[in-house]
Amino acid sequence: MDTFIQQVVSGLATGSIYAALALALVMIYEATEVVNFAQGEMAMFATYVCWALLSAGLPYWGAFGATLALALAGGLLIERVVIQPVENAPVLTIVIVTIGLLVIFNSLAGWIFSYVQKPFPSPFPKEPVRFGDIVIGAHDLGQIGVTLVVLACIFAFFRFTPLGLAMRAAAQNPVSSRLVGIRVGWMLALGWGLAAMFGAVAGMMIAPIVFLDPNMMGGILIYAFAAATLGGFRSPVGAVVGGLIVGVVENLVGTYVRFIGTELKLTVALALIIVVLLVKPSGLFGRAEVRRV
Amino acid sequence: MTTRPGARVLVIAAVAIACALPFLLSNFRLFQFTQVYIYAVALLGLNMLTGYNGQISLGHGAFYALGAYAAAIMMDQWHVPYGWTIPAAGGICLVAGFLFGLPALRLEGLYLALATFSLALATPQILKYFEHWTGGSQGIVLTKPAAPLGLPLNPDQWLYFLALAVLLAAFWLAANLLRGRVGRAIVALRDNHIAARAMGVNGALYKSLTFGVSAAYTGVAGALSAVAIAYVAPDSFNVFLSITLLIGIVVGGLGSISGALYGALFIQFVPNWAQDISKAAPWAIFGVFLILFMYFMPYGIAGAVRRVAARRARSQRAGEAGDAAASVRTTT
Repeated sequence: MDTFIQQVVSGLATGSIYAALALALVMIYEATEVVNFAQGEMAMFATYVCWALLSAGLPYWGAFGATLALALAGGLLIERVVIQPVENAPVLTIVIVTIGLLVIFNSLAGWIFSYVQKPFPSPFPKEPVRFGDIVIGAHDLGQIGVTLVVLACIFAFFRFTPLGLAMRAAAQNPVSSRLVGIRVGWMLALGWGLAAMFGAVAGMMIAPIVFLDPNMMGGILIYAFAAATLGGFRSPVGAVVGGLIVGVVENLVGTYVRFIGTELKLTVALALIIVVLLVKPSGLFGRAEVRRV
Repeated sequence: MTTRPGARVLVIAAVAIACALPFLLSNFRLFQFTQVYIYAVALLGLNMLTGYNGQISLGHGAFYALGAYAAAIMMDQWHVPYGWTIPAAGGICLVAGFLFGLPALRLEGLYLALATFSLALATPQILKYFEHWTGGSQGIVLTKPAAPLGLPLNPDQWLYFLALAVLLAAFWLAANLLRGRVGRAIVALRDNHIAARAMGVNGALYKSLTFGVSAAYTGVAGALSAVAIAYVAPDSFNVFLSITLLIGIVVGGLGSISGALYGALFIQFVPNWAQDISKAAPWAIFGVFLILFMYFMPYGIAGAVRRVAARRARSQRAGEAGDAAASVRTTT
């Protein structure tokens, strides 16, 4: 039983990473109907930026904050420069452009920071936290805490600020929003910026566990896809719930289903994505798409 | 392939040059061209699916891997002659692609891209898992075949001709398939699904069939590469292989047959040159090219060639018309 609870908690911890990245994917999908295949690599690159700032001698939370600000600016810039020209192009074009971004970030990280794995510090204490017989890593708990804080911030941003309201309006009805004076283009760019920020959070939280490496996000991205698909690509709450479910399922299946173990973990995510898409393409929290023909 | 006499002369000249290459180039260079032909077969397959039928696949590396491993396992475990493994791998991939195409019917656009991208990411892990067959991360080492019937060719030259023959057959088949009724149905489904179905095109059948044929092409290419390289290992079939194939069709030209060759030349030779700058440079260049092509040349090199040819034909015709008008004026 203790193993079970422990696996569930560490599942929730990894799940919170998937949730953060899935949130980034949903953010962009909701605003621009694009699935950003470069989301994982953007997060990885932001983590490298944080690493560089730390190496330059900044304290952890200072570097953390600075990275978030840089990620926000970077995301904005990418949308304005790279995505905006193909905004109304067919799906294939946009997918190819984001794949191009993926490749560019991956190779840039390798070029600038080399392909050698680097350790990345955790801001949380090393000693695990004990609840009776159950031992939980402090980093795991911290990770869950950080994700929840980020989530609360987003919720507050969209619910209580005029800018959040304008963003929601721009996503739902661009034409009317423009008529009432909202700069829709910039709202979309802001969506990309915020998404880059959540991605950066995910990257900085996962890096102490998987080590910093240009290819570190590949496996995590597929889980974030699974999380976003499960939750429904349009629902931020769904992304978080989906992320947590996927994290827990991944851990329990890895522990209790012998023939899967850790070696087929990515295949579990693949199967999950395909099953959800076939059975309930709108996900748990999404609404069914109605299309006019 | 084409009915214009000029184009036919060009094709014959190209084949003649291709046949002369083995006797002019070093074995190393020749091997690179063999690889170009292998890529071109795979690109033809992917282009059929993504360029002509509009189904986005970011996971064709998985079918390439399936073809390569099918051939390698047949040769390694059951000692099947390599010549038979290539069509067999094509058949296996045809079935696998058709089956993957069935659920893919319900996934449109982005979702299909997602599912296939996940497939590409998971491929190396799946290959390593079936260690008994695939040799795990060690892979399978094969022997390079010698030229049959006592032909006076070294193994590299023989493999080159084999790849060239497969490529020509693949081009011929693809051209015939895409030019006729089936090809029109495939393109119609891409351009307007509902209208195509209203015209009596069986959408489900054609889409999954296209998936199957496309996978078969890619599988044949994979099997050829296993024979030519004489080695397969799971980590060479990672997500970047799938992205490489995507780059090939984008640069070569979406929805064009000749584009496969341009694309294959690009993905084979550009990384070689870029490697001199930095280990990361090939991919940085690939990424930049992907985006720039989408902005400025969405139909790739083949599209640009077509445009130039059309413009020249038009100016020629305009020139002739001008001459005729001038002669009319002088006679009156």
